[in-house]
Amino acid sequence: MHSTYNYLEFAYRRPDDLDAARVRRHPLVVVGAGPVGIAAAIECRLKGLPVVLLDDDNTVSVGSRGVCYAKRTLEVLDRIGCGDRIVGKGVSWNVGRTFFRDKEVYRFDLVPEPDHKRPGMMNLQQYYLEEFELARARELGVEMRWKNKVVAVAPAADRVALQVQTPDGIYPLEADWLIAADGARSAIRNMMGLETEGKVFMDRFLIADVVMKADFPAERWFWFDPPFHPNQSVLLHRQADNVWRIDFQLGWDADPDAEKRPERVIPRIRAMLGDDREFELEWVSVYTFQCRRMGKFRHGRVLFVGDAAHQVSPFGARGANSGYQDADNLGWKLGLVMDGRAPERLLDSYSDERTFAADENILNSTRSTDFITPKTPISKLFRNAVLELAERHAFARKLVNSGRLSVPTTYVDSALNTADIDAFAGNMIPGAPLDDGPLAGGQWLIDALGNRFQLLVFVDDPAELERRCLDGFRELARLPIAVETLLIARRPADIAHARTLVDLKGVIARRYDARPGSVYLARPDQHVAARWRQLDFERVRRAVARATCNS
Amino acid sequence: MPLNLEPNFREPGKHYGRDFSPGDDFYELLIDTHRDLTDEQSAAVNVKLILLLANHVGDIAVLREAMSIARSGV
Repeated sequence: MHSTYNYLEFAYRRPDDLDAARVRRHPLVVVGAGPVGIAAAIECRLKGLPVVLLDDDNTVSVGSRGVCYAKRTLEVLDRIGCGDRIVGKGVSWNVGRTFFRDKEVYRFDLVPEPDHKRPGMMNLQQYYLEEFELARARELGVEMRWKNKVVAVAPAADRVALQVQTPDGIYPLEADWLIAADGARSAIRNMMGLETEGKVFMDRFLIADVVMKADFPAERWFWFDPPFHPNQSVLLHRQADNVWRIDFQLGWDADPDAEKRPERVIPRIRAMLGDDREFELEWVSVYTFQCRRMGKFRHGRVLFVGDAAHQVSPFGARGANSGYQDADNLGWKLGLVMDGRAPERLLDSYSDERTFAADENILNSTRSTDFITPKTPISKLFRNAVLELAERHAFARKLVNSGRLSVPTTYVDSALNTADIDAFAGNMIPGAPLDDGPLAGGQWLIDALGNRFQLLVFVDDPAELERRCLDGFRELARLPIAVETLLIARRPADIAHARTLVDLKGVIARRYDARPGSVYLARPDQHVAARWRQLDFERVRRAVARATCNS
Repeated sequence: MPLNLEPNFREPGKHYGRDFSPGDDFYELLIDTHRDLTDEQSAAVNVKLILLLANHVGDIAVLREAMSIARSGV
């Protein structure tokens, strides 16, 4: 029934390993070519690692599935070189509107201030993300093996042994390191006997992709208890190609098979649209969800990312978005460990930081779910009272929770952070994702950040920097874990061993609470590692060592 | 001081990265307070809560305004 997208099919090729006399050993194998697995593969290729990507299927995601991608995800996609194509196809939005029965009660704007490269959210069908990411992975030389299904996994101290099933039979394969990105029902996780813990929500939701020429703006519309679907919630999102996602809460007693039939779905949509507008049903699914995670995301040489490691309710778009941040966090660490520049325990920090993030995501999406689908009469009374008061009173609007939309986690307690010794205001604390800001010439700070350690030095006029600083920048660039210096200046300059970025409007200095002389050390995943009011190269070296478990 | 209708939840010593977080903390606490209670027990908890909070507010003019808003539209 799909009319707007032609599903790509990827060719299966008989792997050489089937005919090899000895078991082949690969440095890195990624299992699962979903959006997070492909991103992880690209991330690792960019760190110079050879990557084999296995997938049990040979196409992209069927149905739109993950639809909302947050600003932070777009920044990660930019960093790995797929951002423009994805954003070019997607529908950007910042405004969300919330209705209770027949009245609008609340409206929010995700990016209340200008001067960010990317919008608060972008909607795009998951199959497009996968298609565009795969193009990038191919360009970088990721070795993709379609219809290669892992049927056995045997982890050892120095390797992971796999049995892989193909249309031509089963072959053995060994990996120094394995990234398991094989989704919520992760076969790797199950074969290793690992559990996820959390709770199942007793509710069912219908999602329908509908093609129409509707005159709804590119906004997120959320209804509590609307007249056209009483006592339940409804969510409407615009996607690319005039496809609209409509999400109906059905309740636990709904029959998932019956609800998927067009004769049941079409009247629901008709009631919502309220007229005879033409539409075409493209894809329908009924889902339930769980909020849970694995205890640890690293098990020896197996690293779990995305839904394989953690699952959340869809309210807040924290599933795929947090998966991208897993890849973001893992790639540089694995790169340093695999080429011997950091000890293996750096990968424990992947687990520590991302389980912390998963808990934040689970907390927020559980709270949203409890608000959207109250489970007791008293919860419902409170919920409806908040919605009634929200129409007129600001305090109640702040309590309306139709999904706290995905924002990146600040790794506040991470062992990789160097604690502040100087006072700073604002949100750019150690562990925080670096804020974007405008540069002269229509460029963006975020595009200058990432993929290596960087020192952001705020100066008015770079020409006035002391000799000792310039020597220091050169030394930093020559360290085994090189640090690139970025001068965030008020005027352009040509300084050796540093890149000068012009903060024309002073927006960046304000967002970072920086004064001339202030310094930030940034991790390769664009998070703050340390900051100081004065540049001290010995402190910078110690902070790099700390952020890489080399101290 | 008139009745405060602006967002006002906070917890001393706690840093909030997002402006919705303190309100969400409160709301979770409220729903948790009622967990596993019958409707009658919940009603009893609510009544006691109102009495405790009203005494804490103290200012009868403020309480009068709150009661008036609560009653309107019911």
